[in-house]
Amino acid sequence: MTAMAPLEHYLILSAILFAIGAAGIFVRRNLITMLLAVEIMLNAVNLTFVAFGRALGAADGQIIVFFVMTVAAAEAAVGLAIVIALFRHRESLHPEAFTTLRG
Amino acid sequence: MLFYLFGAIAVAASLLVIAQPNPVYSVLLLIASFGALSGLYVLLDAPFVAAIQIIIYAGAIMVLFLFVVMLLHATKEEPEGVPAEAGSPLVLPARGAVRLGAWLAVALGIEFVWALASARESGDFAGGSVSSVSALGRLLFTEYAFAFEVTSILILVAMVGAVVLARREDPPDAGGAATEEGAR
Repeated sequence: MTAMAPLEHYLILSAILFAIGAAGIFVRRNLITMLLAVEIMLNAVNLTFVAFGRALGAADGQIIVFFVMTVAAAEAAVGLAIVIALFRHRESLHPEAFTTLRG
Repeated sequence: MLFYLFGAIAVAASLLVIAQPNPVYSVLLLIASFGALSGLYVLLDAPFVAAIQIIIYAGAIMVLFLFVVMLLHATKEEPEGVPAEAGSPLVLPARGAVRLGAWLAVALGIEFVWALASARESGDFAGGSVSSVSALGRLLFTEYAFAFEVTSILILVAMVGAVVLARREDPPDAGGAATEEGAR
């Protein structure tokens, strides 16, 4: 094995990706792009799991990533269905178009 | 070194994802970011995770996003500011909240990086790696068998929920939305 980057570098990369995703949630005013930012955050967490699993020599990190991906798929399916329903209702993807509880 | 190449690609693509006004380009750039992450998984001796990253994330989930973007004709950015109907006083300070949230996210990233960079002991990848798919499969169907089965139920519920939510509203289906709310 050639020299691997140390564990901290993987964790720092993961932290940067998570912060980018969190910033995307706040900055963007488009429901689809906000869901994409959630996916960025989920992937940052996945990278952390795999890096720690590799550092500990255990396979559990990869198993957890499998489950996280499954939950991400379910979240994307339901979230996009909600986006479609909202768009049919209001013809808009701006989150501030959906501030009223009724109507 | 390959790690820095893949890491730079992932960070740059993710930044462009949240900077793109056009959601189609956002989705395509996110696929590039996932490809770079897949390379990182290969570097971490996790070829199975790298494969399902490409197949499930880049292949299935992102294509689902792309379908929805094109279905909704959402290829142009919404005009800035509050839409005409949403005149509630709650949304008036939205601009300041957006700026505050963005700065909080940046602060979160800086804090993470600072805390990790100042960690005392250096973590090396000393232990052996588990990279064989057969070992993962054995673990998945013995120790994690219950979680695996629960996951299948989750997928089923999500599928039914997506179908119910995205269905066109017909007059006689008043109960459909309510049962889905409970299941979710």
